Amino acid sequence: MSTAHPPTGTGALAKREARLAWGLLAPTLISVALVVVLPLLAVFWISFKPFTLSDLRPPAPIVRESLRGSGEEMRIEYRVRNSSQDEMISGVTLSDQLPEGVALREALPEPCRLEGRDLFCDFGEMAGGARERLRLRIATDLAEDVLEEVVEGSAPVVTGGGQSVLSSPQLSLENYKRLFDGGEFWTVFGITLFYTVFGTIGALVMGLFAALLLNKSFKGQGFIRGLYLFPYVAPVIAVAFTWVTLFDPFSGSANALLIQMGVTQEAINFFGDRPLALIMVTVFEIWRYFPLSFLFILARMQSIDTAMYEAADMDGASPFQKFWLLSLPQLLGILSVLFLLRFIWTFNKFDDIFLLTGGNAGTRTLTVNVYEQAFAISNIGAGAAVAVVILLCLLCFSFFFFKFISREEGL
Amino acid sequence: MRKGYLTGPVLGALWLCVMATTVAVAMSFATGAAFRPQIGLCLIWGAVGGLIYVRFAAPHAVARLVINALMALAMMTVWGPIVTGADMALSAVVVAMAALAAGLHFGLAAILHDTPFGALTRHEYEAAVIRFLTGFGYIFFTAIVLIPFYVMVMTSLKSQQALLQNPLDFSIEISKGTELFRSYVELFRDFNFGTYLWTSFYVSVLTVFITLAFSVPGAYAVARFRFRGQKAFSRSILLIYMVPMIVLALPIYIAFSMTGLRNSILGIVLIYPVTTIPVALYMLQGYFRGLPTEVEEAGLMDGLSRLAVIWKITLPLSLPALASVSLYVFMIAWNEFLLAFMLLDDPSKFTLTRGVAMLNSSEIPRQHLMAGAVIATVPIMVLFLGLERFMTKGLTAGSVKG
Repeated sequence: MSTAHPPTGTGALAKREARLAWGLLAPTLISVALVVVLPLLAVFWISFKPFTLSDLRPPAPIVRESLRGSGEEMRIEYRVRNSSQDEMISGVTLSDQLPEGVALREALPEPCRLEGRDLFCDFGEMAGGARERLRLRIATDLAEDVLEEVVEGSAPVVTGGGQSVLSSPQLSLENYKRLFDGGEFWTVFGITLFYTVFGTIGALVMGLFAALLLNKSFKGQGFIRGLYLFPYVAPVIAVAFTWVTLFDPFSGSANALLIQMGVTQEAINFFGDRPLALIMVTVFEIWRYFPLSFLFILARMQSIDTAMYEAADMDGASPFQKFWLLSLPQLLGILSVLFLLRFIWTFNKFDDIFLLTGGNAGTRTLTVNVYEQAFAISNIGAGAAVAVVILLCLLCFSFFFFKFISREEGL
Repeated sequence: MRKGYLTGPVLGALWLCVMATTVAVAMSFATGAAFRPQIGLCLIWGAVGGLIYVRFAAPHAVARLVINALMALAMMTVWGPIVTGADMALSAVVVAMAALAAGLHFGLAAILHDTPFGALTRHEYEAAVIRFLTGFGYIFFTAIVLIPFYVMVMTSLKSQQALLQNPLDFSIEISKGTELFRSYVELFRDFNFGTYLWTSFYVSVLTVFITLAFSVPGAYAVARFRFRGQKAFSRSILLIYMVPMIVLALPIYIAFSMTGLRNSILGIVLIYPVTTIPVALYMLQGYFRGLPTEVEEAGLMDGLSRLAVIWKITLPLSLPALASVSLYVFMIAWNEFLLAFMLLDDPSKFTLTRGVAMLNSSEIPRQHLMAGAVIATVPIMVLFLGLERFMTKGLTAGSVKG
């Protein structure tokens, strides 16, 4: 007699469901892979390359055609050169049309030949920085200005190219070596940590305060809540430039106000002096992101069971006791998740500092450093090396994050 | 500390400092003239006031009104909580006096309400402190939020000379009429801001549609189907949040330069949705999980295919969530600065944020920059205030992203 077993393995229905699921996810997966995963691999690759902004174009031959001299000495000149100073290019050829009514005075030089009116030259390989000059003396009965037009009417075509630095297989640790050489990296790292830690904690504390204020229903609560979200909702470029204008040492209102109130004697250069600029960008970060923590904390507060507070009232707990012993423990979960998330996001922040100080006056964080290296010094490889360091840091953070968030949100 | 005759003066002194600073800053911004709070005198006047307010409990006791009147009148001399410049218009001083007296009276009456003169219970004491903190909090947050926006709007209406002359003077000369809006007119006429506005608008709308088209099916799959790798998938969505944009921007810049997509709206429209799809997917899957499966199962029983169920049942049910997600994505795309800054060089193809960045040069006057900032901010604010409910929901659901 056989006993009945529950089915094992995946049935046809489950298989079909899984297939549909992957089908629905495919567009997202593909696009994300193209724009996130691929670039990340590329960053990793580039960080091992001596790659600069000028290497963006692979080395290629460049040709210039001109008409020179007059009478007997009238000649067409082609100048071919290698666009790169140190990379070799191969398979360099040049082809052009000899215009009607123009005849060559002498035999063609070595690498060239003429078939009908088609001119073809094969230069083979050209070393870095090499140039070739081709002079064709011509006889013609055309007027000079007409001649110029017909000669330049047919543009010469060059072929050939070299290997881009990107696709060559050699790797070097040069970028990393330069990154960690000298104390600069650790200064930048310290600044990043200061900005991240204080920006995150500040925004959380302010958000908690604002949430406590609004955690009661009264008329106009919705309006005030909307108002307090302004800093977060407005475009960063608008608010950052407003802060720069407001704190300008010459025409800024903040300085005028402080001088008038007798707080300071002379104008303070808020975004230009060394320790102050870092504090100011951190304050800006707190100002811009307290609405976010405020919104999250408020949402959590409103879902706390009121019965607990009623019980506490019955027991005679004072308002502060209720806050410390009831609200805060209830909020601890959302606070820690927010802390981790905001920590990671503040660590990643680029636009704010870039717009406020451009990374000057001791405010260069790691992300700003990526931009500085890659575009200001135009060494993309060095920028990519900084980016890799950032990614490694983030990997550590997200490890902690998932340990916490899986407990908090059951993800 | 828990004695009414101690709590009252301390809170009174602190409150008057807050009020005096507020009134002085507000009056300075409104008139451009000099108002200076004197913290020492504020403490004294406030302490006396606090003492009187706990001693005389009647809401409009004579002593209360007298101390307010005395304090206000003291502002005519150097002994008031705020000193004003010598050649100040009398009307401005009177307004400041009235504002300060009213602020002190109503503030203290509310804060020290139900606070007896003698020993306080723990409840009475803490309630008074909390009321003080609440008042301070409202003033503080409202000030820090409003002042930058006020400065932004007012600066855009001033002229360069007026700004340099007195950076505090934001009073508007109404008599100038339409001349006030000169920076705006110039931006739209000479700097192409009309085009930028339109570019930003359609790029954002396209981003919203593409994002929804990709993320709705994906979110549904993650929320409803059981398949291998589901958990890993929802986690990796969150991981993508954490990759900084500048790290991605570097290779994207290289790839776009090589393929000729740099400097084209097409490139921007291709890249924006990818930055928003993970956010939208995360938000939507949370919502889909909350929808009852029974309705969908009923649809399946009645012979609809899965895709038809999504189209005919799930989507109509999740319209509010779709609205929140759309608004949030629109906001991200509208405010996006970094990619536009790096990928667009040609002034005829700028988005609005890129256009504003262009105005940040020493040759272009400040009020133009501020007018540009206002133009970039107003549409998103209008949208936000009009649809506050959806927006707030969208922010809470999705703003794991900064």
